[in-house]
Amino acid sequence: MSTVRQANRAASIVTRAVKAPRSTPVGDSQPQTGTRARRTVRIRRGSGGNRTGRRQNIAYLFLAPWLLGLLGVMIGPMLYSLYLSFTDYDLLSSPHWIGLQNFTNLIHDPQYIQSVKVTSLFVVVSVPLVLVVSLALALFLNRGLRLLRVYRTLFYLPSLLGTSVAIAVLWLKVFGQPGLLNDTLALFGISHGSWIGNPATALYTVVVLNLWAFGATMIIFLAGLRQVPREYYEAAQIDGAGWWNRLWHITLPGISPLIFFNLLLDTVAAFQTFTSAYVIGGGNGQPAGSLLFYSVYLYIQGFTNLKMGYASAMAWIMFLALAAFAALCFLSARFWVHYGSER
Amino acid sequence: MTGRADAAITARRRPFILFRGHRPTNPALQSALRHIVVICLLIAILYPIVWMIVASFRPGEEALNGLGLSFSHLTISNYRQGLNGMNFSRFFLNSLFLAVVEIIGTLFSCTLAAYAFARLDFRFRRVLFAILIGALLLPSQVLIVPQYVIFHHLNLVGTYLPLILPHFLGIDAFFIFLNTQFIRGLPRELDDAARIDGCGEIKIFLRVVLPLSLPAVATTAMFMFINSWNDLLGPLLYLSNTSLFTVPQGLTTLLDTTGQSSFGALFAMSTLSLIPVAAFFFTGQKLLVDGIAMTGLK
Repeated sequence: MSTVRQANRAASIVTRAVKAPRSTPVGDSQPQTGTRARRTVRIRRGSGGNRTGRRQNIAYLFLAPWLLGLLGVMIGPMLYSLYLSFTDYDLLSSPHWIGLQNFTNLIHDPQYIQSVKVTSLFVVVSVPLVLVVSLALALFLNRGLRLLRVYRTLFYLPSLLGTSVAIAVLWLKVFGQPGLLNDTLALFGISHGSWIGNPATALYTVVVLNLWAFGATMIIFLAGLRQVPREYYEAAQIDGAGWWNRLWHITLPGISPLIFFNLLLDTVAAFQTFTSAYVIGGGNGQPAGSLLFYSVYLYIQGFTNLKMGYASAMAWIMFLALAAFAALCFLSARFWVHYGSER
Repeated sequence: MTGRADAAITARRRPFILFRGHRPTNPALQSALRHIVVICLLIAILYPIVWMIVASFRPGEEALNGLGLSFSHLTISNYRQGLNGMNFSRFFLNSLFLAVVEIIGTLFSCTLAAYAFARLDFRFRRVLFAILIGALLLPSQVLIVPQYVIFHHLNLVGTYLPLILPHFLGIDAFFIFLNTQFIRGLPRELDDAARIDGCGEIKIFLRVVLPLSLPAVATTAMFMFINSWNDLLGPLLYLSNTSLFTVPQGLTTLLDTTGQSSFGALFAMSTLSLIPVAAFFFTGQKLLVDGIAMTGLK
């Protein structure tokens, strides 16, 4: 299962991939840009067809497991679930075609609407929060602090543990009643009920859990900040630019590719939050549906109620929504993502 | 706050800035303040874990007593109860087995594919690479229903195969990516030399590229271990026989069945389940941290 952490790591690496065609020097030995790669292939095919043919076959031999998986456990199942989403299927009898019935039922399913609301609210609150806090702390740590490596390491630890059941169990006793937070508040004479038992605050305990694991995002920003050319800051200093101007006109544009991919992949991961929501919400999104995340409801419909068609419809709506979000990100990128400083 | 810190450091590096002089600050004091802020933050973030570890050593009924770390009455009874009475020793072995097999599968499929993407020319290379990037973004939950139905028809539900097989087929696009980027960074002269010596692609892969990409391989193995060890959804879907349960599954079951009454054992087993991840973290943190930053950025 993909996790926030993994997505974050992917972010830095995807960035590199996107930049690669621009930053590849002419003399580079690896054909990366489209035209060059194609030209290479054509030339080889022209001059030594036999050998190229063999290398082609060998390449597909190397790719065989992945290609098999691509068809067998990814694209195939996706198309199959598209078909299932138009059927009524309980695993026992064969799928029964019902057209758009699943989708119209979803619109009128109050629990489904609730799950959409919960998940959207979570994404809208949690993702920007993680990005802002990670960036702020990265800026804070990036100023030649001694022991930076030690701090960085310790901040990173929670992001490896954040998706575990163990931490979700711990969360029950941090935000529950009795719980660590309430014990702390009691020191100041404030008393409060369980934060997890209260529908108004339960979701925010998961937001805090997601925030707690911000370390990986922060490390990516820290690495990005090192890439912003020093000379820009020096020039800005001479021109008398203040802290805010430097942040707005140099730092943020400089690391905008990283902001872009952190935003994209954190969002995809946040949409899929499962373990923490499942454990903290008692397996069914309690209290009062306030932790009924999309993935939890999908799990309940598909694997508790065995409504495979219904769950497939849910999965496809999620897929389309995320694809639309990704498309929006990529389309808007040209207006706010800058690769200029990377040359 | 950040702004001040920022200015102070820049000032230290570039003395001429001091002539602007509207912020008479003491760099040592500034630095100390920043350390204090960071340390306070770290305490707030890490304290709950420390608290859980200490609580797991307190006898059942006292486990959740208050905010402090009381070190009286420490006992390992929670651990004994969890490991023996609640079958967790079995769950730990199951989780370990799954993690090891999944790592093998991932390394097999991902390094092979990575070598092809990084070093070989073939038709549809760019298209396939674009598909790989798309797969990075594909929500895994889109796949769980149809995969389950397929494995159901193959009569594999209730075994480890549905959890293991996808890794042998390169479902982890991210790791293919990581290894591809790493291999691209290796000097090509080495494979060319091997090729002149008459090595075929398979030999070059096994004898030249694979040994050199050991850092990427180690990073892949570590991340895969953590992913596998933490995974709850997969086992929840496919495993119903208690003797096959994994640790996360065991923890949720224990929470569901005993609720508040056995938080001592629950904490003990939770703590124990964090140890392998923490151990990997402290031994391999340089690889992990650099793996994030370096592989992606330079």
